Amino acid sequence: MIVYSFDGSFDGMLSSVFDSFLRKERPDMLLAPEGERPLFYDVLHEVVTDGEKASRVWRKVEQKVSRTARSALTAAFLTDNADFPLHALRFISRAVTSDAPVETDFSDPAVLALLKEARRVRGEAHRLLQFIRFQKAVDGTYFSMVEPIFDVLPFAVSHFTDRFSDQPFIIYDRVRDYGYHYDGKDVARIILSSDSYHMSTGRLSDEIAAPDEKLYQQLWRAYVKHIAITERFNPRKQRQDMPVRYWKYLTEMQ
Amino acid sequence: MTEATLEKLKILAAAAKYDVSCSSSGTVRRNDGKGVGNTVGGIGICHSFAADGRCIALLKVMLTNYCKYDCAYCINRRSNDIPRATLSVSEVVDITMEFYRRNYIEGLFLSSGVVRNPDYTMERLARIAKDLREVHRFNGYIHLKSIPGASRELVILAGRYADRMSVNVEIPREESLKYLAPEKDHKSIYEPMGYIRQGALQCQEDRKTMRHVPRFVPAGQSTQMIVGASADTDRDILLTSSALYGMPTMRRVYYSGYVAVNSYDSRLPALKQPPLVRENRLYQADWLMRFYKFRADEIADESNPNLDLEVDPKLGWALRHPEAFPVDINRAPYEMILRVPGIGVRSAALIINARRFRHLCSSHLSKIGVAMKRAKYFITCGELTTASIADSSPEYVRSILVAKKHKGESPLQLSFDFGDGQS
Repeated sequence: MIVYSFDGSFDGMLSSVFDSFLRKERPDMLLAPEGERPLFYDVLHEVVTDGEKASRVWRKVEQKVSRTARSALTAAFLTDNADFPLHALRFISRAVTSDAPVETDFSDPAVLALLKEARRVRGEAHRLLQFIRFQKAVDGTYFSMVEPIFDVLPFAVSHFTDRFSDQPFIIYDRVRDYGYHYDGKDVARIILSSDSYHMSTGRLSDEIAAPDEKLYQQLWRAYVKHIAITERFNPRKQRQDMPVRYWKYLTEMQ
Repeated sequence: MTEATLEKLKILAAAAKYDVSCSSSGTVRRNDGKGVGNTVGGIGICHSFAADGRCIALLKVMLTNYCKYDCAYCINRRSNDIPRATLSVSEVVDITMEFYRRNYIEGLFLSSGVVRNPDYTMERLARIAKDLREVHRFNGYIHLKSIPGASRELVILAGRYADRMSVNVEIPREESLKYLAPEKDHKSIYEPMGYIRQGALQCQEDRKTMRHVPRFVPAGQSTQMIVGASADTDRDILLTSSALYGMPTMRRVYYSGYVAVNSYDSRLPALKQPPLVRENRLYQADWLMRFYKFRADEIADESNPNLDLEVDPKLGWALRHPEAFPVDINRAPYEMILRVPGIGVRSAALIINARRFRHLCSSHLSKIGVAMKRAKYFITCGELTTASIADSSPEYVRSILVAKKHKGESPLQLSFDFGDGQS
């Protein structure tokens, strides 16, 4: 068994591809730092992430792989599935050596994994567009907090800056402890100190919420309650489409 | 904005809840940089899900639930003694904008009971849309109900501001409609549909020669039919939908299982539960027509005018047509692969692509996502050992598949997909 260990980054994965070609071997395992090393193995190679190697591999990928598949690859790489880096390595190794494009070979496990993980990550990014809830503060800034399972905030920001171009807002990822602040013109990545009430609960306290914020929250809760048809009560479907892990920050679920 | 508004919103949301459509898809509009909002198109964005599992993408509300009509199936009929309310134009506009800015909704779905006369009501709906677009520079989604009997000028005016418009057919056959809603006829329903269609086609024509002609109802129109309130069969319903889909600009037909809101009316069937399974089967049939290239008369033919509640319509068709199977996964055209129960649009596309690289076998298929427990009776790929439907009999395959289904799920727990909001 040939085991490669890498630093978990995208460039690290690309460097692993480079090394595997250089050493003329096909790794059976690509270990991120938190991964567990198997008990028995023949070769353990520690990949050192190298920007030069990575960009050489990526240039080749750009020649051989379509733009859609490349963007799927970068999105899928955000997944929490520990097997995915190896699939990505195998996909790239096959794509760069093959004459015909391989990204539509859906009988190849690596291609299927790419498709599946990209869908999962993009699904989570779409859920941000669905379930982010803003609360208006006294100074006119709209504040929201989320806890997505993947690091997908960057996918969502451009949607909100286009939609609310005249409205300053903050979207904050509680798990990874960073967020974006839009001031009506530019977006900036921010890290907020976490000792205030709204940073620990995700809710604006009465003093800093806009005067009519409470009323609109009340209206929204009443609306969500009264739009449901009692005869068709179906909580299972509700949980399926709106995962419970989002409920914490949903205005209508409080 | 006061407590009174809150009470009104409660009444008018409850009055609007039987309207199914909630989609925010079908058109793309970027923010022009001067206003608020955009429309994303694609699959749309559902912002919340109510306790009945239906999506909330738009603020679905009635302007008023006063109505001069007395349709037997409608909660807001004139003779019902229920709380009535009317929202003012500024209240609707204000709630929409504030909800939108908090990312609660994608836009507004405005409907109304008919007060005084259709034109009076239609004009108020158009005015709200106009206010939102011109005063508040709102670029989000607007779905307007076209009031039956409204004049052409007002429908055309409303269409300039709306993304989608709809007129509900409600009852597929005119005899049944006349029986349940004596004041309505098919003319009053199909006429406004015609106005919308003509407006959209006219606009398409104009845009070919003039660049700045404003778009007209860019997301087309939708409609809905009530299931189970009249004696109409599934075949009647599906033939009506199929004819509607044949009409340019018609994007979606929704089906609404009848909830017994007016149980005292003896013209209506006494239902304990809304016919949820039947409604689900109709949606499945609708999907077959829209994405699987089935014709309505194939799904529900003359000898089987109602859909089988035990098996889905695609499996039903396959069991009635054993001569079409088994399908060779490695050779059959896309259209035939689509007809195999257990293979959806997505897996069919994957199969077509993947088989160019190598001979596919059953292990590939299950990894691609084909539901092999159903598909195995209908396909061949050179290595399967299961007896296909051609080697056994439709009755045998049916008995196995139906028995399997009953083990796991209770029929009350069916989940419904309301479509182009989310999926």
